[in-house]
Amino acid sequence: MTRIYVPIDSSALSLGAERTARAIAAEATKRGVQVDIVRNGSRGLFWLEPLVEVETAQGRIAYGPVQAKDVAGLFDAGLLDGKAHALCLGPTEAIPYLKKQERLTFARVGITDPLSIDDYVAHDGYKGLQNAVAMSGADVVKAVTDSGLRGRGGAAFPTGIKWNTVLGAQADQKYIVCNADEGDSGTFSDRMLMEGDPYCLIEGMTIAGIAVGATQGYIYLRSEYPHAFRTLAEAIRRARAAGYLGADVLGSGKAFELEVRMGAGAYVCGEETSLLESLEGKRGVVRFKPPLPALQGLFGRPTVINNVMSLASVPVILDRGATFYRDFGVGRSRGTLPFQLTGNLRHGGLVEKAFGVTLRELLYDYGGGSASGRPIRAVQVGGPLGAYVPESQFDVPLDYEAYAAMQAMVGHGGLVAFDDTVDLAQMARYAMEFCAIESCGKCTPCRIGSTRGVEVIDRIIANEDRGRNIALLQSLCDTMLAGSLCALGGMAPYPVLSALNHFPEDFGIDQSAAA
Amino acid sequence: MTAVHSSPTQPAARDTLARVQAIADAHRDLPGALLPILHAVQNEIGHVPDGAVPLIAQVLNLSRAEVHGVISFYHHFRTEAPGRHVVQVCRAEACQSVGAMALEAHAKKALGCDYHQTSADNAVTLEPVYCLGNCACGPSIRVDDEIVGRVDAARFDDVIGELRDGPRSTT
Ligand SMILES: Cc1cc2nc3c(=O)[nH]c(=O)nc-3n(C[C@H](O)[C@H](O)[C@H](O)COP(=O)(O)O)c2cc1C
Ligand code: SF4
Ligand code: FES
Repeated sequence: MTRIYVPIDSSALSLGAERTARAIAAEATKRGVQVDIVRNGSRGLFWLEPLVEVETAQGRIAYGPVQAKDVAGLFDAGLLDGKAHALCLGPTEAIPYLKKQERLTFARVGITDPLSIDDYVAHDGYKGLQNAVAMSGADVVKAVTDSGLRGRGGAAFPTGIKWNTVLGAQADQKYIVCNADEGDSGTFSDRMLMEGDPYCLIEGMTIAGIAVGATQGYIYLRSEYPHAFRTLAEAIRRARAAGYLGADVLGSGKAFELEVRMGAGAYVCGEETSLLESLEGKRGVVRFKPPLPALQGLFGRPTVINNVMSLASVPVILDRGATFYRDFGVGRSRGTLPFQLTGNLRHGGLVEKAFGVTLRELLYDYGGGSASGRPIRAVQVGGPLGAYVPESQFDVPLDYEAYAAMQAMVGHGGLVAFDDTVDLAQMARYAMEFCAIESCGKCTPCRIGSTRGVEVIDRIIANEDRGRNIALLQSLCDTMLAGSLCALGGMAPYPVLSALNHFPEDFGIDQSAAA
Repeated sequence: MTAVHSSPTQPAARDTLARVQAIADAHRDLPGALLPILHAVQNEIGHVPDGAVPLIAQVLNLSRAEVHGVISFYHHFRTEAPGRHVVQVCRAEACQSVGAMALEAHAKKALGCDYHQTSADNAVTLEPVYCLGNCACGPSIRVDDEIVGRVDAARFDDVIGELRDGPRSTT
């Protein structure tokens, strides 16, 4: 029986993968041939989705994009034997976009059946946990520290140091919380992994729990991800049934339980303390720090809170060793980052590379330039609180420190490309508008300042007293930078000021007059 | 928009509140139960009716103001019944870079309503959303629980046409 892969990833579905899968099943029935259709995750080559793969003696052969209407013709051409066709892309692994990547965290995504534990184990899954249960908690934490892994959710705090604080805390109960709120525009790596390789996240959280002595985990998932919710819930059920979760994880005598909780459409709930409030059933208002969540987190107990990518990078570290992971990357940015190439690009998708790659390589060697065919003028890196990066900075290596030095941030690794039709004054206005909509309301500079910001930018655009209003905008940004409790108000000025500094002409000022 | 309000004494409303009570009771021992309860109520009923607030407050030993405060904090929770389908248009940056603002204008015109309103035939409630995690395939919209990518005006009209004709979305 021929095995055919048709992704069940949300983005693939958004481009018609469900209809393609049904058409393949129907066509096979019509022709009286048996096929085994596996609904895999996405390989992350979204311009080729729905990407159909056929298993042959020569390995997996890819076709794409395959719409339902193409299916009969593909069968005629010999799809089941991996024969030639206009949509045939050859062996999947040889597609340069994939071949040149360094997939550590995404090693299995798109390859395995997301819900099959057997498939997961056959592709090195649960090796990290096997090692971890044989180690002391302190040694597991040390491995994570030595790997150089830093938080992938935005702030890039060393993961091992956070875990060590929780390990050292004394309490009747500790928690592992996964931040799966992924609210940044231009990001989808958390979603792809949760839909395409959910056991990887489950394994990472289980290792964290065993290491620091936490017996309960929660995945706080944004409500915009209903497919991921279903996949995670089913994967947790199966992991529990197979003894990978529960009262006695892998016979270690240690307990770890896991539950998925749904957010409710508030961007600020991605901020860790707001998220904890939300998990407790309250309004997602940001907490003052200290106390650190590591000491007084969920329900006042010591809590590890990490992004999906941070936790999903742990299994490979425990499997292959800290040195293996640390050998990727540059400077203090170790390992790999799954970059998300989005916006106006021909070849949008997921590219996992070691730190140190440049924007230019990602945008052109992978992204293929803009989708519109026009010059790429600006790229917003790191989500709605990240700076707009102009072409003159496309060659700076993507490295936490190098980006910070130019008032930009790598963040969660999302890149949003804009062509030369973009109006950066409008994007700056939007950044302020977004901040106003999503503010939790605790601090005045964020709550009121962002609304003022929209008004001031409107006046600049309308050329009302432009010079004075630009000065006003700058001082407003200073107030927000200095007087905000969290990075929503505290970093919303980054996109605004980068737009103003790098693209003053969009605000009606000539270069020489720019601040 | 025309919303049909039934008075609390009508059987339909009584059944609804009985469901809310059952949902709240079933979750009462869950740590941090309020959001799971609100989700379950909205999933079943389509929104969180006003009458649900005192019931939930009582089960969780909270004040009505606290429950109301939580409902109003989160964009996801609705206190009015939506149309037969909910369509969300992504207006975040990645979708903007490929024409989301033009799509937004088209959507409002095609449905004859603004955000947080329902088309006159009650088929579609229109809402804004800030990223659907489909940023390499924008502009994106969400139709009930399905995401649709690369949506231009024509594709939007096709989707809405199917919603208006069909009873449920089958994307
Ligand atoms: C407004 C705001 C939104 C955030 N959104 C997210 C998010 O969606 N996902 C995430 O992992 N971290 C987000 N963060 C960062 C978290 O506060 C926190 O740094 C992170 O969960 C820590 O995990 P990590 O160390 O693994 O990155 C956000 C921060 C702010 C201020
Ligand atoms: S900066 Fe804004 S979102 Fe953050 S705590 Fe203050 S008001 Fe809330
Ligand atoms: S920005 Fe629209 S889906 Fe992410």
